Amino acid sequence: MKLVIAIIQPYKLEEVKEELYKQEVNLITVSEVLGHGRQKGITEVYRGAKETGNLLRKIRLEIAVNDNFLEPTIKAITKGAKTGETGDGKIFVVDLQECVRIRTEERGSVAIG
Amino acid sequence: MNSGDTAWILISSALVLLMTPGLAFFYGGMVRRKNVLSVLMQCFIIMCVLSLQWVLIGYSLSFAPSKGFWGGLQWMGLNGVGLEPYADYAGTIPHQAFMIFQGMFAIITPALIIGAFAERMKFSAFLIFTLLWATFVYDPLCNWIWGMGGWLRNLGALDFAGGTVVHINAGIAALVTAIVLGRRNNLEKNVLTPHNMPFVVLGTALLWFGWFGFNAGSALAANGLAVNAFVVTNTAAAAAGLSWALIEWMRNGKPTIFGVCSGAVAGLVAITPAAGFVGVIPAIIIGLLVSVFCFIAVTVIKPLFGYDDSLDAFGVHCVGGIWGALATGLFASKLVNSAGNNGLFFGNPKQFLIQLVAILVTVIYTGVVTFIIYKLVDRFVGMRVDEKTEAMGLDLTQHHERAYTVLE
Repeated sequence: MKLVIAIIQPYKLEEVKEELYKQEVNLITVSEVLGHGRQKGITEVYRGAKETGNLLRKIRLEIAVNDNFLEPTIKAITKGAKTGETGDGKIFVVDLQECVRIRTEERGSVAIG
Repeated sequence: MNSGDTAWILISSALVLLMTPGLAFFYGGMVRRKNVLSVLMQCFIIMCVLSLQWVLIGYSLSFAPSKGFWGGLQWMGLNGVGLEPYADYAGTIPHQAFMIFQGMFAIITPALIIGAFAERMKFSAFLIFTLLWATFVYDPLCNWIWGMGGWLRNLGALDFAGGTVVHINAGIAALVTAIVLGRRNNLEKNVLTPHNMPFVVLGTALLWFGWFGFNAGSALAANGLAVNAFVVTNTAAAAAGLSWALIEWMRNGKPTIFGVCSGAVAGLVAITPAAGFVGVIPAIIIGLLVSVFCFIAVTVIKPLFGYDDSLDAFGVHCVGGIWGALATGLFASKLVNSAGNNGLFFGNPKQFLIQLVAILVTVIYTGVVTFIIYKLVDRFVGMRVDEKTEAMGLDLTQHHERAYTVLE
């Protein structure tokens, strides 16, 4: 079991979700986060005061998958989120020790999907 | 000159002005949060641009006496529009009081159209479009219906506070822009949830409040007619808000605050042309039924034809406005206003036909000219933002601002 954590552009969320559904990856957790990468965002201006180099808004996806779903998940996220420009984001994959479905108390692989 | 009348018209003018920021919150709450500032900005910049357009040229084109297509040009820059009454329009208040009161109507009318193209129009194009639309659609139509010598006025069309001039007019322009601009991206996959429902409620409250100036102020005096307009306005809004909630309750299982707000606004729209011509029982009927028509327009007709009138500017303002204009032809009574006329139910079926003519003229003229203006601006500036800009939101891309922070 793996935990896929992806940081993507907020406006790419819909496309990524769509690609994930195509791969039958339906269970995702989404949160709004701030982050700092190489990318410079659109300069925001408030009464003439420019704000650059600030933390940028990103979307963080967390998806727990069984091993055979890992590559399709990565491909789907990449396909949905890639523009080729700085700021497209990153995908992190970590080993997942355990997964418990609270409703049934099932554990492991069966609890993921 | 009457000081009571003058005071009432000044207060009414301020009330009507407040409707535009009210509308901004009404619409702003309905869009996604990445676009809320763009809507507020569009409403506010209209207050700036059209206030200027009005005193420089708009008032003259709308109200200066002439025999032509428009009003004359002799009142440009308020030349000759002074502090003495101009008896043809309002004999007891300074001419400039009448002018500024009418100016507030000229501001809110193009602002209503924003609901149709929200979340996808380029700001620069929007500005040019709005200025042209105010000059070539609003001003002539206003002249025809309210101006001295206007041909629809001479025909006998009744429009007390702007059901035709404001609501049908803006509503048709809304439908045309929604159709030619096309649907927002990703609409099929998502229900676009309003990002801030309390804003919608706040906006509705400000609209309802300001509408007393809109309708009761249109009596142009602090008199019994103003009181009649005030009472029927409140009554129709109440009936329509309740009616929409009941329809939802029966159809969807639960009444919603969004529904009550939509209904109240529809009721205010529908009573607008009738406010100075009908009594309280017709007001209840007008209010109860407008929600039925508007509900059908936004939940059945819109999905059926697939146009993306984002915030239902057509579905509420045009449909509600047409019902109000027709209802005026049904329920108008000289017992309420001797300067008006009787409607169909008071023995004068001809009035209903006259109302129908005024509606058709508005629909055709506004529809055609709006389309031409749209195509013209689109040709030179481009009306719609590109796909990435739309996805990122208009706040950040058009204004380099954001409504809400994540931290702090």
